[in-house]
Amino acid sequence: MMDSTNTVRSAAEGGSATDSRGRLGIAMDDTRKARRIDVKAAVENLNFFYGQNQALKNLSMLIADKQVTALIGPSGCGKSTFLRCFNRMHDLQPDTRYEGSIMLHPENINLISRQVDPIEVRMRIGMVFQKPNPFPKSVFENVAYGLRLRGVNNRVLLAEEVEKALRNAAIWDEVKDRLQDSALALSGGQMQRLCIARALATRPEILLFDEPTSALDPIATARIEELISTLRDQVTVLIVTHNMQQAARVSDYTAFMYLGELIEFDEAAKIFTNPSKKATEDYITGRYG
Amino acid sequence: MAAPMHESIEALRAGLTRRKLLDRVFVIIGLTVMLACLMLLAMLFLQLVRDGWPRFTTEFLTSFPSRRAEQAGILSAWVGTSLIMLVTAFCAVPVGVAAAIYLEEYAPKNWFTAIIEINVTNLAGVPSIVYGLLALGLFVYQLDLGQSIAAAGLTLALLILPVVIVSTREAIRAVPKAIREAAYGLGATRWEVTKDHVLPYSTGGVLTGMILGLSRAIGETAPIITIGALSFIAFLPAPPLSAEPPFVSFQWLSDPFTAMPIQMFNWVSRPDVAFQSNAAAAGAILLGMTLLMNGVAIWIRYRFRKKINW
Repeated sequence: MMDSTNTVRSAAEGGSATDSRGRLGIAMDDTRKARRIDVKAAVENLNFFYGQNQALKNLSMLIADKQVTALIGPSGCGKSTFLRCFNRMHDLQPDTRYEGSIMLHPENINLISRQVDPIEVRMRIGMVFQKPNPFPKSVFENVAYGLRLRGVNNRVLLAEEVEKALRNAAIWDEVKDRLQDSALALSGGQMQRLCIARALATRPEILLFDEPTSALDPIATARIEELISTLRDQVTVLIVTHNMQQAARVSDYTAFMYLGELIEFDEAAKIFTNPSKKATEDYITGRYG
Repeated sequence: MAAPMHESIEALRAGLTRRKLLDRVFVIIGLTVMLACLMLLAMLFLQLVRDGWPRFTTEFLTSFPSRRAEQAGILSAWVGTSLIMLVTAFCAVPVGVAAAIYLEEYAPKNWFTAIIEINVTNLAGVPSIVYGLLALGLFVYQLDLGQSIAAAGLTLALLILPVVIVSTREAIRAVPKAIREAAYGLGATRWEVTKDHVLPYSTGGVLTGMILGLSRAIGETAPIITIGALSFIAFLPAPPLSAEPPFVSFQWLSDPFTAMPIQMFNWVSRPDVAFQSNAAAAGAILLGMTLLMNGVAIWIRYRFRKKINW
């Protein structure tokens, strides 16, 4: 059995990710009980271009299944751009180009291949955005929308699934009596949890978070972080954050990016206590960024 | 610590008083200009009402035109105007909204769509008589619609199409990108994003644009004179509903017509002064119809703004 740290680091350094496909190694979860970690997605030699401008340079890393992976780095380092490759959000903009591969396991589908329909990708990979963006509809309709897109029209089933998603997003108790009220009447933190519920309702395999707390106050932020930690049991989480403390608190694995490159990728505990690269250490200790 | 920029607190206050004075001067100028415009409109309206006062009777609304001024009414004119507006709305709104959706949500941004955009904006400035000439050749003769309500409605639809397209695009553009991304992120197609989100959230703006377009069309005279509106009609178009099957009839579309501005123009050009009072009354009613439509537009916008607050 390979040590997870080594496997992951070799991927970060451009080593072949496919060698380690299947098992990422052994990690300790919160209960200190060893468990096997699978690979959910393997990024290999990913390049991304806005027109002539290369935003991502030759990224390779593994995304652990049912774990939280955080992307950190200074503004403009490409972490959001990287995140948006996973659900092909860039396809909505003209003149963008992907190279390399993001293989989604277990089927081994290349998410960024031209042959793969971006809508199919987005049906499997959910996203929560920086600013809470609920639809100006009722709380219920917000959560039900993804299900309706998937053809669910049965009222009983919809109600069940909506409740389940709201419970999973830890907002059920606050909204259960106002499901028909406009989602715009909620507070910022509640809106963001509603958006998480909206994404969870469709049972995504990976959930992408793009700086989900940057528009929220500290109390709302703490609730979202707590929620992300509990989500780990159901879904693979990939989170972009500019807040290093947040990455340290919520993530199992952390990737440090700088100027479109992946500088270091390792277990969060290692990155934050004993980074192997000077640049990572400088960033974490607040010397730049 | 750096020294403060001002020499003394008195100097600071003196400067502030001067700046606030300028502020107030601007308020007075703005208020004067605005009131002058409003007064002008009010005076125009009041003059029409005063001149036409003796003719504000139910008979005026329910009578056909006549050689005798005191027996003449605007029945055929307001019915004609209403039916033309119906045709105009039915044609201009679906086409205009569809064009706007295509340009905003679907069209790639390249030189071709740039040319279309410039042209749509330019079309809004084309003199209405030019539309009249186009319609005379195209609708009246080529498509053989004759001098009918259908031809008039289509002509005015053409005229207000740019207005509808431009205002719909603005309303669509006001829907935040974040909302579109949220829907795309859940796996929606372009059409689902458009029909479930973009259109419902911009309905207020779309309806406002439609009504502003119609209130421009309702007063247009030149194009419908060009295509041959009659100025004296003593009968109504065929009724759209009837008691016998098939119950609905579209005969009225091909009937000849007159309209409010035409009727006014006709009366104003008569030498007999008694007709001037008829023209004034008709003008006041037409102005009232326009103000009413604009009022509805403002109300709709207010209702939708209250519901959706980004």
